[in-house]
Amino acid sequence: MLMAYVLLSLGAAVMIVPFLWMLLTSLKPATELVQFSFLPKQPTLENYRLVLTTSSFGRWYFNSLLIATISTLSVAFFDSLVGYTLNKFEFPGKNIIFLGILATLMVPTEMLIIPWYTMSVQWGWHQGAMQYWGIVFPGVITAVGIFLMRQFFDGVPNELLDAARMDGLHEFGIWWRVAMPLVKPALAALCIFNFIGNWNAYLWPLIIASARAYYTLPVGLSFFRGESTTQWEKIMTGASLATVPLLIVFIIFQRQIIKGIALTGLKG
Amino acid sequence: MRLTLRQRQVVWAYIFLSVSLVFFVVIRWYPTILAFNISFRDWNVFEAGGPWVGLQNYQEIWADFFKPRSAVRAAFWNTVRYVVLGVPTQMALGLGIAMLLGQIRRFVGFFRAAYFIPYVTSFVAVAFVWNWLYAPQSGLINQILQAFGLPPQPFTKSPNQALPAITAVAVWRSLGFTVIIFLAGLQQIPDIYYEAARIDGANRWQIFWRVTLPLLNPVIVYLSVLQTISFLRMFDLVQNMSEQGQGGPLKSTTTVVLEVYREGFSSYNMGYAAALTVILFFVILLITIFQLRVLSRRVEY
Repeated sequence: MLMAYVLLSLGAAVMIVPFLWMLLTSLKPATELVQFSFLPKQPTLENYRLVLTTSSFGRWYFNSLLIATISTLSVAFFDSLVGYTLNKFEFPGKNIIFLGILATLMVPTEMLIIPWYTMSVQWGWHQGAMQYWGIVFPGVITAVGIFLMRQFFDGVPNELLDAARMDGLHEFGIWWRVAMPLVKPALAALCIFNFIGNWNAYLWPLIIASARAYYTLPVGLSFFRGESTTQWEKIMTGASLATVPLLIVFIIFQRQIIKGIALTGLKG
Repeated sequence: MRLTLRQRQVVWAYIFLSVSLVFFVVIRWYPTILAFNISFRDWNVFEAGGPWVGLQNYQEIWADFFKPRSAVRAAFWNTVRYVVLGVPTQMALGLGIAMLLGQIRRFVGFFRAAYFIPYVTSFVAVAFVWNWLYAPQSGLINQILQAFGLPPQPFTKSPNQALPAITAVAVWRSLGFTVIIFLAGLQQIPDIYYEAARIDGANRWQIFWRVTLPLLNPVIVYLSVLQTISFLRMFDLVQNMSEQGQGGPLKSTTTVVLEVYREGFSSYNMGYAAALTVILFFVILLITIFQLRVLSRRVEY
């Protein structure tokens, strides 16, 4: 038992120390980096002031927030609507449609980026403010989310929906006002994952966002390294700026996230 | 015209599905077919279309594979190395930590969270933090090595050490996910099996090999396939942990996806890049089919 605690603590240190080291470095003046010490001798927020004023971090925050929010709202709406329809309705073509959606899970994103890129160029989605749409469009509806929501609507009794039908509520209202409130925990898990996933997305935004003003946080951060090579205190400040909001989100939603992973992971 | 209840259901269903059906056809199915199509063409981004060249891109990849200092060969073999090094390490550590977590009563939540934290952070930020930890002189790891009187290591600056060093970061980043899934899997094993094994006089080692592992089999297959696919798709870490994002030093860390990115979006060889992704697709497809076959097989205990 004691051995378990010792081993787990060592492991936990390996997981946490890199983040701690990142934060501590971001608080050090450049001169302190060569003389090795764990804690900053003269902690300063100067790095943050410099990075925030000389780089476009503010804009990149806004972009990431905007894109993650749009995609999450859209996913919450469409994935649950489609999941609900595929679970609760009987109609011709149902199985084909479900299989057609599931089959897309087999195709890795890497295979789609070249077609997406040529399509975006053709339709002008790689220019100006359309870049926002260009970044977000592949993720506005997800097959995984549909699959999960379809399973979770199993738990909503059909009698309840029929009762609402008797009362004369139309189908859209039945979904929105009767069924949706009953799957809130599943929906919350889906939203959190989707938000984090989009916030961290890298390959596609890197390809489609051509102007600095439209970079998302990871893309901006990646180019930021090139601008301040080996200025580790600045790079760590950038990394902290990109990481800390997610750590806060994680601490707030920890239970839902871990429960959601266990729940969805085993079913997937 | 009055519709029957059943007909009304059909109409509503298709109204609800309409936007998503268009999405899946236009944004998922059509690009999938287009990817195959582009892989058979000499396609440059700047001109739409490009002449049909049949299997030429695939033949080029095959020929490039055997050239001296081939980037494509390096990419394929490195990708295999990432999988072979990363997946077993990830699984062993994940299961070990999950079993330790199953033994303790206090601070379970704290430890679970600690192991999970890297999983929610971006690969790019993670890459930079580890670049800094691995830094040759001032890096924390080399400082610790020196404090113990050990020689400093070049890590990502060395062609021999770079790939294992990046694999370690990939394992570190996703370990929390593996732990959580293993924990859930372990909790689903009924205590009765353990009690029965103990009554039969089995020791801890025997219980692990004869009870825990076989009962975890579906979870192990599921996780190893998932990890294999994610290591096959390595990109973010490699691009941000190698000089100029080129998969160096000396192509020792480049991956298939990094070569796709370089060929497609730096050299504008879209056809060639698309052919690489098609190969990747078939590899992933085969692994997924293997998973489905293994998992659908009934196992008797």
